[in-house]
Amino acid sequence: MTVSLGVRRAPAARRRRLLPDLTGWGFVLPATLVIVGLSLFPAVWALLLSLRDGDLITGGAFVGLQNYRDMLDDPDLLSATGHTLLYTVLFVPGSVVIGLPLALALNQPIRLIGFYRTCIFVPYVVSAAATGILANFVFDPQFGVANTLLQAVGLPRLGFLQEPGQAMIVLVVISLWGGVGLPAVVYLAALQDIPRELTEAARVDGASGWHVFRHVIVPQLRPATAFLVIWQTIEALQLFDLVYTTTKGQPLDSTTVIVYYLYQQAFQLFHSGYGAAVAYGLFILTLVVSSITLWYSRRGEATA
Amino acid sequence: MTLSTVTGAPPAGDTTGRPKAPRPRTAGVSGGPKRPWLAHLILMPTALVFAAPLVWMTLTAFMPDTDINRYPPRLWPSHFTLDGFVRIFTEDNYPRWLANTVIVSAVALAGHLVLCSLAGYGFARLRFRGRTLTFALVMATVMVPTQVLMIPTFLMFRNLGLIDTLGAAFVPWLASAFGVFLMRQFFLSLPRELEEAATIDGCSRLGVFFRIVLPLARPALATLTVFTLLGAWNDLIWPLIAISSEDTYTIQMGLATFAGARHTEWSALMAGNLVATLPLVLVFLVAQRHFVATMSFSGLK
Repeated sequence: MTVSLGVRRAPAARRRRLLPDLTGWGFVLPATLVIVGLSLFPAVWALLLSLRDGDLITGGAFVGLQNYRDMLDDPDLLSATGHTLLYTVLFVPGSVVIGLPLALALNQPIRLIGFYRTCIFVPYVVSAAATGILANFVFDPQFGVANTLLQAVGLPRLGFLQEPGQAMIVLVVISLWGGVGLPAVVYLAALQDIPRELTEAARVDGASGWHVFRHVIVPQLRPATAFLVIWQTIEALQLFDLVYTTTKGQPLDSTTVIVYYLYQQAFQLFHSGYGAAVAYGLFILTLVVSSITLWYSRRGEATA
Repeated sequence: MTLSTVTGAPPAGDTTGRPKAPRPRTAGVSGGPKRPWLAHLILMPTALVFAAPLVWMTLTAFMPDTDINRYPPRLWPSHFTLDGFVRIFTEDNYPRWLANTVIVSAVALAGHLVLCSLAGYGFARLRFRGRTLTFALVMATVMVPTQVLMIPTFLMFRNLGLIDTLGAAFVPWLASAFGVFLMRQFFLSLPRELEEAATIDGCSRLGVFFRIVLPLARPALATLTVFTLLGAWNDLIWPLIAISSEDTYTIQMGLATFAGARHTEWSALMAGNLVATLPLVLVFLVAQRHFVATMSFSGLK
């Protein structure tokens, strides 16, 4: 590309332009190749796969939009989507709403703050596999400590992950345990960036603690909130690992979420074309939800 | 500020050492918050609820199975035993899986630290044609969910002969758009003067990068380390797809598999969990003081 631009320039001048270009590209090219090569290129490939009825061994025949039409009348996909949305609706607001007061409290210069911070952040680094095994243990209906505690305080024992009506709720609780650390860290960082003068000025003007929180702190945290809602939503829509290590979609398919269904379709039943179409459906769902969140937070900024 | 927790035992051990939590003190904090009791009131129960499962996991790992599989379960071991640890390290492929994950994570981390900081610096400081477009292209990739990429990446890796090798597990982790972004934001926040002085003294670009810039980037590199290890060490869905023979399993796959095979041997399962989790917890504890600071310069606020 440099050559075509520099045809009429003297060789020395050309060399002077070429060197910074080469240096710059030398720095960024390796990472760019890995990132773009392993995402944009396969993304296009996946789109082409979704137009064929491949079985993971052969490419299959071109079927146009048939896979996408099949998705619309697939009752299993519909119920998986329902489960994913239920999980998302509970997990995203839950993690953000719990994360904020934790961050406010963690921002105070009090004793034991290091201990508190460590306890709240550490579950975030525990893998979904380890979390799942631990959850199976804690929520085991017979021997688990959860039922032992319920019984100790005189409440009835529960089936937890083995009860279709409760399994998804238990998965949300487990995810909150592992997933609140991120909102807490992000809010903590954002709180530390709010200029002191802003809250002090509001106090001097006679605002109560609640008013300072509601009208000074919350608006300042809006970008963090938008980021967190989008990030947690993406995480929630892509739920897989925890389901795989706890319920495997059971009982009665009550925890079969979109990605679990996609995994079964593509890698257990080898419907790679259909799997690719479902993946694109998830992609579109993610884009829609993120755009709505962004639009909503921008609108809020304009009216605030 | 949090070094007291870093220097001590791992967090689980930290709480077992003093099972009765220290009482919150409202007096004695001078010039601090208006209502410290409120913060304690929120944090104390939350911290205990968050720590409890990990404490119990740790205790269970040292319990004999007869203490666990009974009703009601014992909360404190009748005696401590290393039986669970002995079993995972002698009867299963566990050591192999652990070694596999160490290899995958080490390669992923090396790739991330080198490639992302080089690219981050290039995008932040160097002027070259196509820079804006390339950066936009790299950032655009964060929108594509991994689920879209799984099937074609599987096919591509099969054609390359990578399927069922450790390479399949680490190649996708060699660099990430998030890492490039994080490092770029950090380099943008550094003052240029130091680099300019070094350039005038005759240092090359690469020399400036390795001798001046990277040593200053320690907080960002610490954060990148945590995020990369979190991803590479804990990944489950991709190895499940790309790896099939037991000798090539990662530790997360191993945990998930032997949870099914040994579902009543809780002490072995919890020992396995503990050994698989501790390395990340330690990395996190060492790096956490850099965390909050890095979050704010990266613009996530």
